[in-house]
Amino acid sequence: MHFKQRAGSALADAKLQSVMKRFGSGFVEKRTQARAAFGVDLFERLRDEGAKLRDRGLANLDVWLLRFEAEALRRGATVLWAGDTAEAREHVLRICREHGLKKAIKSKSMVSEEAGLNDALEAHGVQPVETDLGEYIIQLAKEPPSHIIAPAIHKDKEQVSDLFTEHHRKPRLTDIDELTREARVMLREHFLSADLGISGGNFLIAETGSVAIVTNEGNGRMTTTLPRVHIAITGIEKVIPTLEDLSLLNRLLPRSATGQAISNYVSVLTGPRGANDREGPEHMVFVLVDNGRTDFLGGEMQEMLRCIRCGACMNHCPVYQTVGGHAYGWVYPGPMGSVLTPMFNGLENALDLPQAATLCGACHVACPVKIPLPGLLRKLREKQVEQRLRPRTERAAIRLWAFAATRPWLYALGTKLAVRVLRMLSSSTGVIRRIPFDPGWTLGRDIPAPERKTFRQLYAEQRSERGNQGSPVTRIGKPSS
Amino acid sequence: MRVGLLVTCLVDMMRPRIGFSALKLLESAGCEVVVPAAQTCCGQPGWNSGDRASARALAEKLIDEFEGCDFVVAPSGSCAGMVKTHYPDLFPGEGAWLERAERLAARTWELTDFLTNVVKLDSPPSRFTGTVTYHDSCSGLRELGVKQQPRRLLAKLPGVRLKEMNGCETCCGFGGTFSVKFGEVSAAMADAKCEHILATGADVVVLGDLGCMLNIEGRLRRRGDNTTRVLHIAEVLSYEK
Repeated sequence: MHFKQRAGSALADAKLQSVMKRFGSGFVEKRTQARAAFGVDLFERLRDEGAKLRDRGLANLDVWLLRFEAEALRRGATVLWAGDTAEAREHVLRICREHGLKKAIKSKSMVSEEAGLNDALEAHGVQPVETDLGEYIIQLAKEPPSHIIAPAIHKDKEQVSDLFTEHHRKPRLTDIDELTREARVMLREHFLSADLGISGGNFLIAETGSVAIVTNEGNGRMTTTLPRVHIAITGIEKVIPTLEDLSLLNRLLPRSATGQAISNYVSVLTGPRGANDREGPEHMVFVLVDNGRTDFLGGEMQEMLRCIRCGACMNHCPVYQTVGGHAYGWVYPGPMGSVLTPMFNGLENALDLPQAATLCGACHVACPVKIPLPGLLRKLREKQVEQRLRPRTERAAIRLWAFAATRPWLYALGTKLAVRVLRMLSSSTGVIRRIPFDPGWTLGRDIPAPERKTFRQLYAEQRSERGNQGSPVTRIGKPSS
Repeated sequence: MRVGLLVTCLVDMMRPRIGFSALKLLESAGCEVVVPAAQTCCGQPGWNSGDRASARALAEKLIDEFEGCDFVVAPSGSCAGMVKTHYPDLFPGEGAWLERAERLAARTWELTDFLTNVVKLDSPPSRFTGTVTYHDSCSGLRELGVKQQPRRLLAKLPGVRLKEMNGCETCCGFGGTFSVKFGEVSAAMADAKCEHILATGADVVVLGDLGCMLNIEGRLRRRGDNTTRVLHIAEVLSYEK
């Protein structure tokens, strides 16, 4: 199913619409406040630095990844490379087999979603339990996330209440604090009984072989320290050279994501439990996933690999705000998803995503690492035309437009006729309710009727009245020539 | 000062009076205005639809037509943004064309930006009175930094009271071909914009781009609102009645 159909269902879903209205500008306002508190000019400079820092990392990605591997190994961790998501799943399942693991608690990881890890674990007798509250809710609902940092943003309190009543088999609660407390009690048992913890990774730090995890609920820390094995699964593009770099990016990430100056928890995890440590996993494993990322290095889509997964682009996207994240059909929604999904799954498998944007630029100006998302969407549109992936009628329409517009006499005739036809179709109130062969404008809007004549007709008439016509460049001087 | 007026295809076809308003404003600021008669479209539909060849053909035509002008001014942030920020992208690594594109880009202005920052228009020839709210169009705002310019010009009109709406910088949902490819989503976005406009109680929503204008006015009328007027900033600044 395409974006268009999914978006249609989203618009028809009254409950979702009321939730999305409430979602509205919440994150946007929080980011605005955080940016103002930090200092607008300083924050803009930080965005420049963030973009440059990510570019430097990507320019020598191989070097930093090898450095990361060497440092992680030196500190007793295991590093496994996965070319694609199938290989990533195999790595995780093999570790489960080798260590006899039966229950995995998970803190949020979009790469785990990308790899469909939960289904694979379940199919092989390992119970995955999502411990981020939002992820926990959608796991109960058997739904994919609709936002990369607020995965259950599409659900309201009543729906959560229904889910908890059904799955927890306890009296129905409706107060948000009480619901949260109940989830916390349910999750506590899982935290204490799990033998595997799976986390994502916001950043990989090359100089120390560490993974940095940014969370708000504390579940990330329990996931990475309580079970005997910790697997951090993340994309290879997440590597940054130094801890200093982390401090820069971590000024950008929470402010851009939730408008927090800093998240409640920032964990930098290095190696498994040492001889003198009182806690921590016995084994720490990195699963570093490529899944198509290296294909975009050195190419015109490379800027997308800067992404630090803050969600600001979707928060600021008026299309996302209108239809929610599920309309985008895969793991990553919003503008970043409309670029990443075709990149990872193939342009031919995401036909209308690059088109599902007004190119309004709100994402670009909000992005903490200045990814030119509208430009990247436009490049994907070019590829679609090159590969003949757009409907023939659409391509023909644009070419016809250009054919006429490069021939002024034809253009003048065509627009003159078009104005006449539109005026014939218009009602007494000066609007057009329906036009034949309309692909979609009049579904929800009228067309304001054009004036009687085109500018070029009226202007020529005016010139001829003033006795000055015919030259290709007509001038109005002051005073009149 | 020779100023080439880039009328834009939507103004030409749908709202010629905006073109004449722009003409009047430029003349009242003392410009010698040139209106190349063969101008058509800047090529943005092709550019945003991934048809680079179409966009390029129209860009070459426009560059040819306007090259003799000291400035190119358009009553549209979207078309001015196309010339100013995207034309050079159409000629990557091509010495001569790239240079011509860059030269023209540097001399191209959105109307209110030009009136405020180049000719510094002091008293717009307008008798407009009423409460207005201003919708920032995406390209003007985010590609060209047009934000205070129209507001400063409106502030020069003694009879105008500006009441800002919530989300004045949020896209109205037009997005060129997006508005027909995803008609329902686009209309829903326009509807949200209408709600914000109506909440201000303003008589008129003023804006600087025809795409937004047709979208917002089209949605207002479909909602049954036949009283809230939608006017281009050039119309307000040169209002006679």
